[in-house]
Amino acid sequence: MIAELGLYALILAFGLSLVQATLPLKGAASNHAGLMATGQGAAAAQFVLIATAFIALMHAYITSDFSVANVYENSHSAKPMLYKITGVWSNHEGSMLLWVLILSLFGAAVALFGDNLPPPLRARVLAVQGMIGAAFLAFILFTSNPFLRMNPVPLDGQGMNPVLQDPGLAFHPPFLYLGYVGFSVTFSFAVAALIEGRVDAAWARWVRPWALAAWCALTIGIAMGSWWAYYTLGWGGWWFWDPVENASFMPWLVGTALIHCAIVVEKRDTLKSWTVLLAIVTFSLSLVGTFLVRSGVLTSVHAFAVDPMRGTFILMLLVAAIGGSLTLYAIRAPKLAGGGLFAPISREGALVLNNVLLTTAAATVFLGTLYPLFLDAVGGPKVSVGYPFFNRTFVPLMVPVLIAVAAGPMLAWKRGDLLGALQRLWIAFAAALVIVMAGLYLAGFAPILSILGLGIAAWVAVGSLTEWADRVKLFRAPLGDTWRRAIHLPRSAYGMTLAHLGLAVSVAGIAASAFSVERIELLHPGDDLDIAAYHLHFVGTEPVPGPNFNADRATIEVTRNGAPVAVLHPERRFFTLQQMTTGLTAIHTNFFSDLYVALGDPDPSGGATIRAYWKPLVPWIWIGAVMMALGGMLSLLDRRWRVGAAAGKRLPAAHPAPGE
Amino acid sequence: MKFIAAFLLLLSVAAPAFAVEPGERLADPALESRARTLSEQLRCLVCQNESIDESGAPLAHDLRVLLRERIAAGDSDAQAVKFLTDRYGNFLLLKPPVEPATYVLWFGPLGLLVVAAGGALIFLRRRQAMPDAPPLTASERTQLDRLMKEGEGR
Repeated sequence: MIAELGLYALILAFGLSLVQATLPLKGAASNHAGLMATGQGAAAAQFVLIATAFIALMHAYITSDFSVANVYENSHSAKPMLYKITGVWSNHEGSMLLWVLILSLFGAAVALFGDNLPPPLRARVLAVQGMIGAAFLAFILFTSNPFLRMNPVPLDGQGMNPVLQDPGLAFHPPFLYLGYVGFSVTFSFAVAALIEGRVDAAWARWVRPWALAAWCALTIGIAMGSWWAYYTLGWGGWWFWDPVENASFMPWLVGTALIHCAIVVEKRDTLKSWTVLLAIVTFSLSLVGTFLVRSGVLTSVHAFAVDPMRGTFILMLLVAAIGGSLTLYAIRAPKLAGGGLFAPISREGALVLNNVLLTTAAATVFLGTLYPLFLDAVGGPKVSVGYPFFNRTFVPLMVPVLIAVAAGPMLAWKRGDLLGALQRLWIAFAAALVIVMAGLYLAGFAPILSILGLGIAAWVAVGSLTEWADRVKLFRAPLGDTWRRAIHLPRSAYGMTLAHLGLAVSVAGIAASAFSVERIELLHPGDDLDIAAYHLHFVGTEPVPGPNFNADRATIEVTRNGAPVAVLHPERRFFTLQQMTTGLTAIHTNFFSDLYVALGDPDPSGGATIRAYWKPLVPWIWIGAVMMALGGMLSLLDRRWRVGAAAGKRLPAAHPAPGE
Repeated sequence: MKFIAAFLLLLSVAAPAFAVEPGERLADPALESRARTLSEQLRCLVCQNESIDESGAPLAHDLRVLLRERIAAGDSDAQAVKFLTDRYGNFLLLKPPVEPATYVLWFGPLGLLVVAAGGALIFLRRRQAMPDAPPLTASERTQLDRLMKEGEGR
C-alpha cells in the first residue's frame, strides 16, 4: 500500500513537472504574473511528492518489504539498519529517485528563496528545472520503476553487494548527486538567461552561490569516493582514472572553472557568454557522468545498470538537453558580448588562463575516458587508457594552473603588475626552492617529479598566505591596523585563501605518494615486521562474527622506539550470503603519515600475509579536499550573498585590496 | 618543513621494497624489481584500471606469475611484455601504444590546448584592442548615474 502511494506520488510529480516546464515559460513570454507564479507552487509541490515517494521506498527497505522487487534484489533482513537505509540509493532505481529528489529540493529552494529574482527570470529558471525533472521522472517511471511488486513474495532478499556496505561509500552518492544536480540550477539559470538574452552582474550574483554550493558538495563526494578506495582496496590506491571516477571529475574541473569565471562576470561584467557556456557544459558533463555510470556502457563495479533500453533513453535525454542548450547558446550568445575591457596581464587575464587550462584538462579527461569506447564502437583496436596517459597529459596541464594560483590573486583587475606580483611572491619561491633542494639532497634525483610537486605545493601554500598577508598589511602596518583589516576582510577572501591552501595541501599529499614504503610478508603469530620507524608485532588472528558476515580479525601491536603506538585490527570479512570476501584495513594516522595495514590471505601453515605500508602525507589528499570545500562554504557565507545585509552595513573602514 | 625533511631522511634509509604476494616473488632482487616495474604498467583485465601489481584478482595473480616466469627465463622487458600482449592484446597496456589509431588520443590534448590558448589570445587581444570604447548612449549614461548613486548609497 505504501509502495503504491510512493508510485502514485511519483506519477503526480511527473504530471506537475510537465506543468512546471510549460506554464511559467508561457507566463514569462506574455508577462502574465499568474502563469509565472505557477512555477513556484509546482516546484514546491513536486518536492513534497518526490519526498513522499522517497520515504515510501525507504519504508519498504526499513521494514524489509520483499514484495517490492527493488528491495528483494538489493536488501536482506539480516543487513544492518544503516545499510538498509543507504541501500535505498545504492541501486539503480533508488539512486535515480535520489537524483530527482535532490533536483526537486533545489527547484523548491529556487521557488522559496528566489524572492529577489525578477519574476520572469525565476519563472524561466523553474521551467527549465521542470523540463529536467520531467525527463528524469519519465526515465524512472518508464524504465526504472523502484516500486514494482513481486508475486509470490520471496522469503528473504538477495542482499546488497558487500563492497557497498561501508559508511564511506554509503554517503558518497548523496554528496556526488548534490554536486551533479546542484549544477542543474546554474544550467537552468544559463538557459533562462539565453532565453532572455541578458546576462549581467546581478545574474552572476545569483548563479555563483549555487555553483559554489554544488562545487563544494561535488568536492566532498569525490574525496569520499577516493578515500573509500584508499582504505578498501588493501594497498592504498586512491585514484585510478577509472571512467566512473572521471565521470565525476570532469564536471568538477569545469565547475571549478565556472566558479572562477562567474567572479569575472560579477565584478567586471565581461566573459559573460563564456560563463554561460561553462554553466551548460558543467551540467552536461554531470549528465554524461550519469549516463556513463547508469547506462552500463562501462563494465565496472560501479555501473550496476545493464539495460540497453535505459541506455537509449538516457542517450536521448542527453542529446536533447545538451543539443538543445548548445543550439540555444549558438543563437543567443552573440547578443551577450561586451563588458569591461582589460589587459592580458590582469586578474581577468589570470582567470582566463585558469579557464583555458581547466577546460583543456577536462577535455583531456573526456578524451581519455571516451576514446576507448569510441575506438571500440568504430571497430578499432581495444586499448586501455590508464594512469600513464593521464600522467603525461593531465599533470603537465595542472602545473601551470598551480603556478598561476599563487600569482593570479595578486594581480589587480583590468591591468595588473606581473613583475610586482612575482616580487611579492619571493618568499613562496624561496620556500619552494628550499623544499626542492632538501628533497634532492635527502632522496636523490630519482623521485624528481614528486619533489617538484612538493615544491609547487609549497609555492601555492606560501603564495596564498602571502596574498592574505598583503591584504591585511601584515608587518607593514601597526598590528592593530592589521587586526582590523583581518577582521573586516570579506569571508569570500578567506574562503579563497582556505581553498587555495587546501589545493596546496592536496597536491603535497599526492606528490608524496611516491615516497610510500611497502612491506608484504607472510607472518606467523608472534612474528615481527619493521616498516619505516614502526615495529609491528603480529599477535594472531581470531574469528569474529558480524551481523551478516564472519570476520577473521588480526591483532597487530605497533610500537615506535619501544613505545606503544597503537593496536591495529585489520579484518577479512566473509559475507555468507554473497559468498564474497572483503577486506577491512586498519590505519593508524598522525595526520602527517598513515601506517596502513591490510590482512591478506591466510596460509595453510597457520600464518597470514600482512601487507603493511607507510604513506607519508597521504592523509593530506583528503584534508586538502575538505579545506577546499570549507573554503567554498566560507565564501558562501559572505555577507554580499545575503540580500539587504550588505546595503545595511557600512563598508569596512579598511578598504579591501583591489578586486574585493 | 621539518617533518618533510624528516620523512625524506627516512626514505633514504628505508630498504627498497619488493613484493606482491610473498609466494610470487623471484629470488633475485634485480629480476623481481624489473618484474615489479613491468607489472605496474600492465592492466588487470578484469579490474577498473588497476594494474596487475595492485589487483587482488586471481587473473592478476596468474599474469604476475606468468610475467615472472618469462623474466626468470631470461626475457628482456620488451620480450616479456610482448609475450603477454601477444596473448591478451594491447588492452593489457595501461599506457596505450602510440599508433595511428591513438594519434587523436595522444595528440588531442595538445591540439585542444593550442586551440583553447589561441582562442583566448584572440579574445584577449580584442579586449585590449578597443581602447576607445564607443561613447555612452543617453540611456547608458542614465543607467551609469543610477548605478553610481547606488554604489554611493552602500
